[in-house]
Amino acid sequence: MSVGETVIGPPARPTPAQWVRKNLFSSPFNSALTVISVLVIVLAARGIGRWVFVTADWSPVVQSLRLFAVGPYPAEQLWRIWFIVYMVSFLMGVSGGRFGGTVRTFAVALAVAFGVLAVLPISPDYLPLDTRLRLLLNPVMAVAGYVVGRRAPIQARWLPLAWLSSFALTIVMLGGFRNVALLPYVESGKWGGLTLTFLLALVGIVASFPIGVLLALGRQSNLPVVKALCIVFIEVVRGVPLVTILFMVSIILPLFLPDNIRIDRVLRAMLGMTLFAAAYMAENVRGGLQSIPRGQYEAAKALGLTGFQTTLLIVLPQALRVVIPAIVGQFIALFMDTTLAIIVGLLELLAVGRAVLNSNPAWLFRDMEVYLFIALIFWIFTFSMSFASRRVEAAVGLGKR
Amino acid sequence: MEPAPARSSFPPMANTASSLPRFLTRKGVPLWRDVEVLKWTAQIVSAALVIWFVYFFISNVIRAANARNLGLGYGFLDNAAGFPIAESVVPYDPSRSFGYALWVGFLNTVKVSLVGIVLATVLGLFIALARLSTNWLVSNLAGIYINIIRNVPLLVQLFIWYFAVFQKLPPVRNAIALPGPVYLSQRGLYMTGPAPTETFRAWLVFVVAAVVLAGVLHRLLLRYQVQTGRTTYPLLSATAVLLGLPLIGWLAVGSPPLTITRPVLERFNFVGGLRLTPEFVALLVGLVIYTSAFIAEVMRGGILAVHKGQVEAAKALGFSTPQTLRLIVLPLALRVIIPPLISQYLNLTKNSSLAVIIGYPDLFFVGRTIINQAGQAVPVFLLIMAVYLSLSLFTSAVLNVYNRKVQLVER
Repeated sequence: MSVGETVIGPPARPTPAQWVRKNLFSSPFNSALTVISVLVIVLAARGIGRWVFVTADWSPVVQSLRLFAVGPYPAEQLWRIWFIVYMVSFLMGVSGGRFGGTVRTFAVALAVAFGVLAVLPISPDYLPLDTRLRLLLNPVMAVAGYVVGRRAPIQARWLPLAWLSSFALTIVMLGGFRNVALLPYVESGKWGGLTLTFLLALVGIVASFPIGVLLALGRQSNLPVVKALCIVFIEVVRGVPLVTILFMVSIILPLFLPDNIRIDRVLRAMLGMTLFAAAYMAENVRGGLQSIPRGQYEAAKALGLTGFQTTLLIVLPQALRVVIPAIVGQFIALFMDTTLAIIVGLLELLAVGRAVLNSNPAWLFRDMEVYLFIALIFWIFTFSMSFASRRVEAAVGLGKR
Repeated sequence: MEPAPARSSFPPMANTASSLPRFLTRKGVPLWRDVEVLKWTAQIVSAALVIWFVYFFISNVIRAANARNLGLGYGFLDNAAGFPIAESVVPYDPSRSFGYALWVGFLNTVKVSLVGIVLATVLGLFIALARLSTNWLVSNLAGIYINIIRNVPLLVQLFIWYFAVFQKLPPVRNAIALPGPVYLSQRGLYMTGPAPTETFRAWLVFVVAAVVLAGVLHRLLLRYQVQTGRTTYPLLSATAVLLGLPLIGWLAVGSPPLTITRPVLERFNFVGGLRLTPEFVALLVGLVIYTSAFIAEVMRGGILAVHKGQVEAAKALGFSTPQTLRLIVLPLALRVIIPPLISQYLNLTKNSSLAVIIGYPDLFFVGRTIINQAGQAVPVFLLIMAVYLSLSLFTSAVLNVYNRKVQLVER
């Protein structure tokens, strides 16, 4: 930012003194506010700094990093989770290489984050060398992906498909099979930590998508019975707290089913999250459907398309395009809502935190450290996701179409 | 000009032919491509599917209930609850019925929601004003607050407030004293506050009358002012009534209806004062701080939505700044603010069900306790869901009425 050269166009940048005057000391009241704010900031920064670096004991966090990441997932099967992480890094690299712009920035940020994790100043007892090397492999995968994305002639529309299949592969890798020696079965009770948190949110959003679209179409339909059923479902689910729905699928659903059908706990929570997300998804999609001008329907009719064809080929592609930002927002909300799974006994991030605190009597008074750490993890993910989505939205001009 | 052919000269063909039912004489589109037929088939099939689904579930529930010797009715609500509830707005003891226990839980939900709504609105307004401030530092501090609060799950925040803050407070002996005096300890928050005496109810009549009268008076005077153009001081008169009548009532009922009660540390605990349990305070603080960030954004958006031209027009008409704010900016901003604000209120109420994890006995917590005690999962659950559902349906009904009213004003 060079100051001094006179350029034609926008008015000259204010000098620092002018800026300070205008933004901090424009009136006596504002000056007082500035002084008070500076005092508050200094005091808070000193207090927080002292607490973080001197008072706080971060050992429950540092010593349980693996638990926070994967929960009680069996140690000898951890390579499966590494595989998933590499896959995501690689795909992120490919997407960054293919699309450039904000996606590339995001891919770079992810690679850098793994690099930073790898060199964290933590005792080798809790972050051993092989883990560090595995973490460092992620930037390598990202770079490899980037090169592939730049060089290989990949059509843009294959990438969403690749992501979707990687998601399916993730679930297969996590669960494994009962009779395959290479991928032994890992019961869902052993899934946990950040992995489970992400999985719950992803399954919720992916599975709720088709249901939500159908519900939205149903709500718009001119068939009274279908419309009524869709409205009842959407309004009931949106009208009650997520806790009640999670509780219902975990306690009541087993009662609803015949004795020979048992659904395991994680699957039940996923079902609850999906039902919940579907109702909100339906309302988002409805917003998109309503944004399609009448002329589109009329044009489709004039071209001789049937109602089904109109919906599938004309309306939905445009409507879904419009609602992508809303869906990203919903994913972020759902990601935060996964914490409620603790109430039905799942070992997601928050539950791992509680378990870690309970595991050692010396950590009886370390709640603040552990829960702040969890808050920080959530903040990093939700903030970067919403930041990225805003940037992508602005870059593609999605909101403006 | 050629005369247009008279339509009546072409007799309708199908209808005159016979009096047979239409579906036997139909021509043209075959049945499986007739839109009407397809529509009805789709509806009947979907309805049948749902009915089968519901039937499947209900029959399973009945079988499960019979196998465990549990009825499915609501008769059990009259049985004695048998469990204590940590705090209650109305008198409660374990000998009261399950139904009454649920009522207690509902009142606790209402209590935390109402207090939370008021405090979250005040804090949200404060944050919104700070965010809109021309002071760069203040505006960015508010921005950071909003960003952090909105990007951390509510449950994590509640965990921090309850497990890391309020449970870790010092024991009663070493309670933290704040000005007021307010004492913070493991047993909760003790503070100085008003306590009703026996004349409170009589005085309450005066207060209610004052609120109603002030409202009516304000309306009438305002209408008179608008119709005649004479200055009638509606706001001033209404405020006078609002404050004056309770004052007269205070003197009229004889002994003061409220006394100030202070917490005093005795041997084992504080005596007197108002006590708020750690669960209530943690839930309240968590809900208020979380919701305030959303409310701040709502209010900021509403205030920014008021067009600058409106303010300038008001100035041109000779309105003073307070008048402009009160009569032009506020009504216009409120129109934008109120719908999302009310849905934030509803969110706060629904989020209060997270009380279950920190042990504040709200509707959901009491319901779960009853399910554990009486095993009546399905009826209790339907009841809880019905309560939340009617709350939110009621809210959206109110919003619809409001929106319709606002739209009428719009030009």
